[in-house]
Amino acid sequence: MNDGRSPEPVHSVRGYLFVYFALLAGTGLTVWASFIPFGSREINIGIALLIAGVKAFLVAGYFMHLISERKMICNVMGFTAFFFLSLMFLTLYAMHDFPPTTVTH
Amino acid sequence: MSTYLNKFPPHRDDDRAHEHSHHDPGFWRTYIFSTDHKVIGIQYGLGALSFMLFGFFLMLLMRWQMAHPGEPVPVVGWLLEKTLGQVAARGALSADLYNSFGAMHGTIMVFLGVVPLAFAAFGNYVVPLMIGAPDMAFPRVNMASYQCYVLGGIVMLVSFFIPGGAAQAGWTSYSPLATSIPTDGQIFWIIGMALIITSSLLSAVNFIATIIQLRAPGMTWMRLPFFVWAQFVTGFLLLLAFPPLEAAAIMQLMDKVAHTSFFLPTGLAIGGQLANASGGGSPLLWQHLFWFLGHPEVYVLILPAMGIVCEIIANNTRKPIWGYKSLVYSALVVGFLSFLVWAHHMYLTGMGQKIATFFQATTMIISIPSVIILTCLLISLWGGSIRFNTPMLFALGFLPMFGMGGLTGLPLGLAPSDIHLHDTYYVIAHFHYVVAPGTIFALFAGIYYWFPKMTGRKMNEFWGRVHFWCSFVFMNIVFLPMFAQGMKGMLRRMADGGANYSAARVPGAIDTLPNSIMALHTWILWAAMALGLAQIPFIINLFWSIRHGEKVKSDNPWQSTTLEWQTPTPPPHGNFATPPRIYRGPYEYSVPGHATDFFPQNEPPDFVATPEVSTAH
Amino acid sequence: MDIPYTVQPRPDTGVYNAKMGIWLFLASEVMLFGGLFSAYVLLRVGADAWPHGWLNIPLGTANTFVLITSSITTVLAWVSLKNNQFSRFKLFHAITLVCALCFLGIKSFEYRDKFMHYEITLANGKFADGHLIGKSRDFDLAKKTGSVTLHGYEVDQEVDLMDLHRPEARHIQREEITIPAVEIKKMGNYGPWHNTYTAIYFTLTGLHALHVIGGALVIGFLWGPGSRMWKTDPERFTNRVEVSGLFWHFVDLIWIFLFPVLYLL
Repeated sequence: MNDGRSPEPVHSVRGYLFVYFALLAGTGLTVWASFIPFGSREINIGIALLIAGVKAFLVAGYFMHLISERKMICNVMGFTAFFFLSLMFLTLYAMHDFPPTTVTH
Repeated sequence: MSTYLNKFPPHRDDDRAHEHSHHDPGFWRTYIFSTDHKVIGIQYGLGALSFMLFGFFLMLLMRWQMAHPGEPVPVVGWLLEKTLGQVAARGALSADLYNSFGAMHGTIMVFLGVVPLAFAAFGNYVVPLMIGAPDMAFPRVNMASYQCYVLGGIVMLVSFFIPGGAAQAGWTSYSPLATSIPTDGQIFWIIGMALIITSSLLSAVNFIATIIQLRAPGMTWMRLPFFVWAQFVTGFLLLLAFPPLEAAAIMQLMDKVAHTSFFLPTGLAIGGQLANASGGGSPLLWQHLFWFLGHPEVYVLILPAMGIVCEIIANNTRKPIWGYKSLVYSALVVGFLSFLVWAHHMYLTGMGQKIATFFQATTMIISIPSVIILTCLLISLWGGSIRFNTPMLFALGFLPMFGMGGLTGLPLGLAPSDIHLHDTYYVIAHFHYVVAPGTIFALFAGIYYWFPKMTGRKMNEFWGRVHFWCSFVFMNIVFLPMFAQGMKGMLRRMADGGANYSAARVPGAIDTLPNSIMALHTWILWAAMALGLAQIPFIINLFWSIRHGEKVKSDNPWQSTTLEWQTPTPPPHGNFATPPRIYRGPYEYSVPGHATDFFPQNEPPDFVATPEVSTAH
Repeated sequence: MDIPYTVQPRPDTGVYNAKMGIWLFLASEVMLFGGLFSAYVLLRVGADAWPHGWLNIPLGTANTFVLITSSITTVLAWVSLKNNQFSRFKLFHAITLVCALCFLGIKSFEYRDKFMHYEITLANGKFADGHLIGKSRDFDLAKKTGSVTLHGYEVDQEVDLMDLHRPEARHIQREEITIPAVEIKKMGNYGPWHNTYTAIYFTLTGLHALHVIGGALVIGFLWGPGSRMWKTDPERFTNRVEVSGLFWHFVDLIWIFLFPVLYLL
């Protein structure tokens, strides 16, 4: 455990540089993928969000060292992510689940 | 405010205080820009009480208007006309002014009154003491939080005097109404809200960090008093539910200032003219984002109140709380579920059955932990030798009043009955039962209970009882008739109390508002006046007792177990003379074999009693 | 009594106070941007047509590179302090600050571009679209005098302006067109008021830019006058750098989602 005084062995610059180049590659990949017609826009959106998700994991996990952080902080962030997703999807569902006879615009 | 604070010193410069503060920080640093959690707590308390009184006056004016539509307001009518101008011509409320007062009554009571008092004031003063901490984790953030609150309050108050007047679109500020009302009061409202939200977020971060990080040695999670747990869950509700409203406020501000169309649908017409906006927005989006805050906000109002009541009941029944763990887990479950129930405010927005079923189900489920909490508190009374002092009376008053408020909410949580009751006075009665005789009673209880710790003197017991019984009776006379009015179909937010609405219908038709229902307005008006008068003993008692109340004989006048009573009175800067160490749970009352009927959390175990027991075997 | 765990981590929670605080603050930030992202999704799903390719992808990509670079230098600045190399910290955070300024510079160039970009509804029912080159001196839309010159093109339907990401749209010939005021039915630039896409674009990136400014101010303080604390209380200073770094990474993280969502999809 880090006692705040001595430098930890985790601080390898090489590891961080690896993450950095992975992020740059991910950016290139997502730009490239957005120009490839995969058949429908939904697939393109899915791929872009998948890449963004991986990049976000790299930033949060390594730059913000969330993967070596205590469980409590991960729990807080996990609940937050859950509430965010429920806000987004329940709202989305609520606004598109109309009674069958409703005229939608 | 400064004069109030002058009369209300948070801690006197006694010898103990001098030991800890090396230099006298002076008036401004001590009272206005203080970073001491106790001073900030008292600042919040006085500010919030003042706002609540102001919100109450707005309500009295509205009540007059409803009972006597268009008639000049007695006593203060001339003042209204003088300060607000044409909207209060002849001293009577115009419909616009009524709408302003309605919107601001809600905003002030919820965001500037009850939440700051329940969460920020009591939380600031009591939580660090209860967990054995010297202060909050981030004292300067704490001060910034209070300053944001004051600024937000000032913005809200100033908006009454700008041309066009204060916000009129209700405390919910639904778009596109809020965007199309031609007053800058809506912009003031948004900016004020942004400041209040910032203040709440800073507080919430500070509270949670304090509770996690600054618990004294031995203060494990399951030894925390329930009040601390309640504040902990409340902190998370504020932390995670307020930001979506902040996002919505930013978007509404953009709609208003940058003429975007986040909440303005295509083809929106305002005053017969096509609105000058691109359209394509969604009014329902505002409602979703608002109620995503709005429902957790209900539990922000309730949970601290439950915490206060729990402390007082344990203390005055002189026995452990029944089901401490059930209370804690229920509070956590309530907190979690409160994020998943918001759309039960929106059944009438054309919501489909599947999603309505989901929200009905979660709404019914969330009532279970609420009932568990109330039941635990109720069973805790069983077999206790109860001390009926003023704080206990208010705490006991909370139980049935909150029960009524909660149970009348069930029909609103189910879509079929909600369709009938939506936007009627039934809703008003329901949530006022939860907040006014519910939460506010608990807050009164808290004030009477912790006053001796803040000042070293008790509040007057006789006038406390007068305050309680008058408030209890008149609260019920004010709010009970509203259930009847609502079920008869009287809608909320009608500037004339429904006179035109009723007259526009066929006389004698089944849904006309009968005279007996309309006449209740007069009842409510007089009861509300009396309720206002009933607060006078409290106000005088509060300020009189600071100097002239009965002096407490020890640091622990209620003979309580929790840590805030084990400090000097009033607690000096840094709170504890020696760092406390905690040995047991929070409600160890009437422990068999112990000399007194209370066993404070920081008192070392009874070494005298243990050998006796061992020799007996 | 002093407030404990301001510098050293609390044994049972494993963090010091400020780190706990910043993570809680970031949780609320997730919900703040989450509310706006939800709004984005709802507006997009409910829209008749959603614009594609309205933003400059090379500039957006460059800005992504810039922010990612600033993120790695932020981490390295903190590692340098942990390894007791103060001058390397200064160097790395100098790069961070340059990156922040660079990001804001590119962003404001993009904003300016949108404000110069006009869509004109013509009297004959067609649409002209392009960047404003100039207005004649007597140009007055209300009085119908004068003319306006755009560098752009004309289309028959407004829908044709929506998807500039499709292959054929990339080969549109742009030329200078001068339009007299009498032929203009409606004229407006691509500011936030243009449609819900520009509205959410300006709001999201504007809020993000405010976060960049805020983060840059804090890092600038720690790089400049605040770095004196290194001499008096190095551990606390290292913690400050770490906490401000966590915020900076979060700002980067938001951009990682903003970039594909607004520029590419």
